[in-house]
Amino acid sequence: MNAVMTVPPAAIAAEPIVRLDGIERSFGLVQALRGVSLSLKGGHALALVGESGCGKTTCARIIARMDTPTGGEMLYRGRNITRTGTAAEEKAYRRAVQMVFQDPFASLNPVFSVQHHLARPLALHGHARSKAEQVKGVADLLNWVGLEPSLTAHKFPHELSGGQRQRVNIARALAVQPDVLVADEPTSMLDVSIRLGILELLARIKQERQLALLYITHDIATAAHVAEEVIVMFAGQMVEWGDTLSVIGHARHPYTQLLLSAVPDPDRPFVAGDSARFLGHAEEVRRLSRPSSTEVNKVGPNHFVRALGAMS
Amino acid sequence: MNEALLQIRDLSVDYFLDKGAFRAVKNVSFDIGRGELFGLAGESGCGKSTIAYAITRLAKAPAWVAVGEILLDGQDLLKLPESRLQEVRWRRIGMVFQSAMNSLNPLMRVEAQFHDVLRRHTGSSREKSRARAEEMFKLVGIPASRLTDYPHQFSGGMRQRIVIAICLALKPELIIMDEPTTALDVVVQREILEQVIDLQRGYGFSVLFITHDLHLMAQLCHRIGVMLRGELVEVGDVRQVSRAPAHDYTRKLWGAIPQLPGHPPVKDAIA
Ligand SMILES: Nc1ncnc2c1ncn2[C@@H]1O[C@H](COP(=O)(O)OP(=O)(O)OP(=O)(O)O)[C@@H](O)[C@H]1O
Ligand SMILES: Nc1ncnc2c1ncn2[C@@H]1O[C@H](COP(=O)(O)OP(=O)(O)OP(=O)(O)O)[C@@H](O)[C@H]1O
Ligand SMILES: [Mg+2]
Ligand SMILES: [Mg+2]
Repeated sequence: MNAVMTVPPAAIAAEPIVRLDGIERSFGLVQALRGVSLSLKGGHALALVGESGCGKTTCARIIARMDTPTGGEMLYRGRNITRTGTAAEEKAYRRAVQMVFQDPFASLNPVFSVQHHLARPLALHGHARSKAEQVKGVADLLNWVGLEPSLTAHKFPHELSGGQRQRVNIARALAVQPDVLVADEPTSMLDVSIRLGILELLARIKQERQLALLYITHDIATAAHVAEEVIVMFAGQMVEWGDTLSVIGHARHPYTQLLLSAVPDPDRPFVAGDSARFLGHAEEVRRLSRPSSTEVNKVGPNHFVRALGAMS
Repeated sequence: MNEALLQIRDLSVDYFLDKGAFRAVKNVSFDIGRGELFGLAGESGCGKSTIAYAITRLAKAPAWVAVGEILLDGQDLLKLPESRLQEVRWRRIGMVFQSAMNSLNPLMRVEAQFHDVLRRHTGSSREKSRARAEEMFKLVGIPASRLTDYPHQFSGGMRQRIVIAICLALKPELIIMDEPTTALDVVVQREILEQVIDLQRGYGFSVLFITHDLHLMAQLCHRIGVMLRGELVEVGDVRQVSRAPAHDYTRKLWGAIPQLPGHPPVKDAIA
């Protein structure tokens, strides 16, 4: 095993559209991100998985420039944009990088119809000039995400189910025709059959438009369906990453193993009075995983594992 | 008394739209026994949340109507005046909704929100509320030191756990959980649900558990109902619905679950 100090760039030669290098973010004493490095490449999907509160949304917000890192560097098409660029650069970046949020309930404006939510970005970014183009553009977007335009376009957010709202959110992000799509738990509110449909949709636009996709999820099984590469995070730190199949098939880090072991299994019903066992095990894994370490081991052609840090 | 805690009889729910009425729930009947964990599954938009809202009469739209009966201990909730309903909500029927993470008041520290709910429903003192809040935070795996934080200082999943904690603190007889863990990772999800099962045995409450994750539902529930476009197409014991589904649609739902590639699910190191 070779120990390497920094996160090696992915094997693929393509120039990343967005790159994070050693990103840090602290909120007072909470270290939400500790040295996160990743590359988002056109036509390529990267999944970010990890426990609730490990820093996934913080990372997404930094990429979407809704938040500023307290350390590290951010590059857009090779240019360092950690500190704000010109107004034009900033505008171009915000257009190029679109985000779909975790929560479909908070992110649609209750006073506007679906038609309005989708027509606005189409018009704003010059993808639909006439009224007729807008109607067609909205219908195309709705069809793409599996919603029937004649039944949906005139509706208001409160008239849609959770899953329907999330599909409208995805359509809205696509309306801007971004280069990078950051999807924060985009399917967690969707039922399985539609979830697979949305994942296939994301895979298709990734391919057809050479879109770079950062897919944030707690569902490691769907990560495997979407993303060529995966990063497993714990407490703000990348603990294991690389080719998705390698990471899932040959998980080395105890936290990755814990995550895989907790994937719901219908053949193992929960037993009352038994929670202490799993809780104790999970707590032990967290205790082992929490201390930071700079030692990273290469365990496969594109598979890296952080060593366990020393207990303080 | 071995009568079911909750009996839903011929429930239909209509939403009124500009274009006319839309029937979101059609003649649905099922029972939830005392101490029973009942699961409701089905595709997005099939009417699961509408049933949850009907039970608590917290409908989303200004115009909706429910016909049929929703009997809690034999008392029809649909006929109860709004003033009496207040006593039922939270105290007898706890709710953790899909969007629960947004139901916290952004301007209030979490500790104060615990106290607000506990004082209103149980007349608890500030000290008692604090102690209970610490206990419940421990249960959902958040350090008690963070009780003085505001909602925006927590991640989405942590906010969801806080709502679960507030709900459990009131020890209701029935807890409706509408996708309570969709915002959580599988480890925390399993930790919380295993604890819900333990607490359930201790307190004896019933649960209506709504999710689209049939695998998870099968791990948690005793009986499962499957809905399709507003109708309940299958109800049965968890073993039967998972091993020998009667309805084609149920089979389709089972088939659509993303699986880990390559190998069967990793078994617990400790199982
Ligand atoms: N504005 C803030 N102020 C203080 N702490 C914050 C703030 N935003 C995030 N945090 C903290 O940073 C950590 C990471 O939060 P983040 O929202 O990134 O987690 P996450 O991985 O997206 O979790 P989830 O899966 O639950 O959505 C958490 O401990 C959270 O409490
Ligand atoms: N306030 C409303 N006004 C009009 N129609 C509504 C309203 N709320 C829900 N609906 C419609 O009723 C149907 C059932 O919605 P409901 O929210 O109960 O679905 P669900 O099964 O909970 O779906 P999900 O899994 O996506 O949350 C959907 O077709 C939805 O569009
Ligand atoms: Mg998040
Ligand atoms: Mg719902």
